[in-house]
Amino acid sequence: MAQTHNRSQALAHAGGHEGHHDLEELRKFGFWIFLITDCILFSALFATYLVLHENTAGGPGAKELFEMPGVIAETFILLTSSFTSGLAVLAMNAGNRKGLIFWLIVTVLLGACFIGMEVTEFSKLVSEGHTIYSSAFLSGFFTLVGTHGLHVSLGICWITALIIQLTRRGITPVTRRKVHITSLYWHFLDAVWIFVFTFVYLMGVM
Amino acid sequence: MIDQIKDFASWFFVTGDPLIYGADVAIVLTMAAIVIVLTYFKKWGWLWREWLTTVDHKRVGIMYIIASLLMLFRGGVDALMMRTQLAFPDMKFLSPEHYNEVFTTHGVIMILFMAMPLMFGLFNIAVPLQIGARDVAFPFLNSLSFWLFFFGAMLFNMSFVIGGSANAGWLSYPPLSELTGSPGVGEDFYIWGVQISGIGSLMTGINFIVTIVKMRAPGMTWSKVPMFTWSVLSSCIAIIVAFPVLTVTLALLFLDRFLGAHFFTMDGGGNAMMYVNLIWMWGHPEVYIVVLPAFGIFSEIVATFSKKRLFGYGSMVFAMISISLMAYFTWLHHFFTMGSGADVNLFFAITTMIIAIPTGVKIFNWLFTMYRGRITITTPMLWTIGFIPCFVIGGMTGVMLSVAPADFQFHNSYFLIAHFHQVLIGGVAFGYFAGLSYWWPKMFGFKLNETIGKWAFWTWNIGFYVCFMPQYVVGLDGMTRRVSSYGWDTGWWALNFISTIGGFLMGLGFLFQVWQIAHSIKFMEKDTTGDPWGARTLEWSIPSPAPMYNFAMTPIVTDRDDWWEEKERIAAGKAPKAKPELEPIHMPKNSPLPFIQSICWFIVGFGLVFHWLWIAIPGFIGVAATMLAHSFNYDTDYYIPVDEIKRMEAEARGGV
Repeated sequence: MAQTHNRSQALAHAGGHEGHHDLEELRKFGFWIFLITDCILFSALFATYLVLHENTAGGPGAKELFEMPGVIAETFILLTSSFTSGLAVLAMNAGNRKGLIFWLIVTVLLGACFIGMEVTEFSKLVSEGHTIYSSAFLSGFFTLVGTHGLHVSLGICWITALIIQLTRRGITPVTRRKVHITSLYWHFLDAVWIFVFTFVYLMGVM
Repeated sequence: MIDQIKDFASWFFVTGDPLIYGADVAIVLTMAAIVIVLTYFKKWGWLWREWLTTVDHKRVGIMYIIASLLMLFRGGVDALMMRTQLAFPDMKFLSPEHYNEVFTTHGVIMILFMAMPLMFGLFNIAVPLQIGARDVAFPFLNSLSFWLFFFGAMLFNMSFVIGGSANAGWLSYPPLSELTGSPGVGEDFYIWGVQISGIGSLMTGINFIVTIVKMRAPGMTWSKVPMFTWSVLSSCIAIIVAFPVLTVTLALLFLDRFLGAHFFTMDGGGNAMMYVNLIWMWGHPEVYIVVLPAFGIFSEIVATFSKKRLFGYGSMVFAMISISLMAYFTWLHHFFTMGSGADVNLFFAITTMIIAIPTGVKIFNWLFTMYRGRITITTPMLWTIGFIPCFVIGGMTGVMLSVAPADFQFHNSYFLIAHFHQVLIGGVAFGYFAGLSYWWPKMFGFKLNETIGKWAFWTWNIGFYVCFMPQYVVGLDGMTRRVSSYGWDTGWWALNFISTIGGFLMGLGFLFQVWQIAHSIKFMEKDTTGDPWGARTLEWSIPSPAPMYNFAMTPIVTDRDDWWEEKERIAAGKAPKAKPELEPIHMPKNSPLPFIQSICWFIVGFGLVFHWLWIAIPGFIGVAATMLAHSFNYDTDYYIPVDEIKRMEAEARGGV
């Protein structure tokens, strides 16, 4: 086994990576299916929130707690980050590594802003005594919005790791696929946020 | 201080029960034996390089199968303990608390840690070979899925000697599973054991969908895909739809227990019914997830041993896909009696009855395949034939249960217990046993002993009827599930006693299977042809056991049952298909990361079970570190040169 490894090592690099193109396509397809499962995960959380959102156990409801200006600002920041991640892909398609890295950094920074605002919102609620154990409504709220936030945080780590890889390796079939996938993921989180914005915040305050 | 430590130790290492002391001793002895044997034969390096770090789907499959057979043993011992307790009225063998733990772990282990991994084992063994692929789509992820399952199962299994087992039933309904109902750590073990292995299952679902959709050999159009592969595809579609719901459900229950959230609690506005809905939105498709591949196995076996093409290929495919989709619309029949109202009950009663139609279609297809076939009764065929009447009875009692008003009578009685054991043992277990003996030569290069296999089949089959037929009756007589004892005045004794005899007969059947494997290893009937059954699909066109790269040359498919047609052509004196030139084969490299990452998840789970963040946080850091390590690793594959392939092919075909 070990011998096979060593002998074929040189061959793998000399022989080029014709197989790789297909492999990268395969991984993109796999990621689409992963996104379907993530969609269902969020659907279950939305369903739970919608079932429980009026169960405030005598405490304040959505109308009293949500402050829309902050949420609208968050929404604009996240939508802009989706746009900049699109610009990153365009830069990559044009073969512009610097532009790609620049737009990815902008995307990450916007994502971090979004998370920062969300953390501020959460800590304000908690400091006012509205926590995950206050009522079923707040359990549902913190879990649904928090799960989205966790996804965004994971995305930030992921894109940061990718930026490091891009500075080292440049645009290769592998990094190209990784950029495509993270950008797909980022747009997906944007779409989920639109539902959070609508079902949790807008319908909550209206 | 000393007293506190003593108290802690007696709770942490569950003490006071002779059965558990016995288990402690058995565990320590087994571990010691494994360590001594591996050290004595200097096999640690071999174990690490060839197995623990492997990404070869065939080896991953074999590990799944070994783990699931061990779990079958444990789940079976649980079952026999319950049957012993119920053999006579007023038995004092298990205390009621212990009985609750035993039925909970029996259910969880049999469905999640026995049926699922045995199924994934067979997926791994057969699917890439059937579709002419070199591997699954994501070999690294495949290995990760296995290790997540393995360490999830270990975490769950640990609970009965460390901290205490779950005792709120296999689906852990709140409020019983909330802190108020189950203050111990048993439920947390349940949550994390199932959660970790469930994530592995979800990834397997994704992996096999991509494999089947994208990696079929050239020429294998959808109408030429082997039936087992179709069944795997439909099962995986149900997996990716159902398992995310399980992930959410368990996470929410965990938040209730860990952070004091109010999703399913009785106070704070929680809604326990929401849990029941969510868990069955996963739980009902789960039943079809485990049974669909068994249908695929039967289809392969019936066609092979009748020497005929499968009858009604198109209707079979349609039946499978429609079952996998409809499975999502039947969950509410699990709680007809919980007050959802007549309209809701009506909807789910009808969907439940409709799903019986495609299942019936399949039974007729198998019967028509056998009709006028040249049938040989081998062990795999015997399991298949034994399955048909068993599943028909189980299906019909299922239709009885789907009549919502009647269900108010059957609900939570032994009638229900008998029904689902009939479909799960008669359908799933028999199916996987059939698949195991059918593909065994492809895995290991030798056949299992037929005579002992037939003994195993008959003891299992007779034991099954002796065990579960009385349960239908005792259920109609009013015996409810989960009772740990009953009085002489109920009149249930005789039926329960007979049922217990049947349970032990099935235990004997399992021993026959163990003996069959041991005997076959000792006196192996080597398979030198690669095609010991005269079978029809591509996996039989390569040597047994399959070489690491599966196919030296990618097969070009022209027919359904391509390998059978090729044999027919050669027998008719026509030229075999032209084979393409050998080329270097692209292979994935082994990786220790899946194993290490799964251990980290295990540590996370263990820490969270005991609410010990000082254990959980390092575990999380380990998970993140291994993920990053994988992301930064670009050296993941290699090529096998042509000379090497020629040498390995010659070696593999050496016996021919």
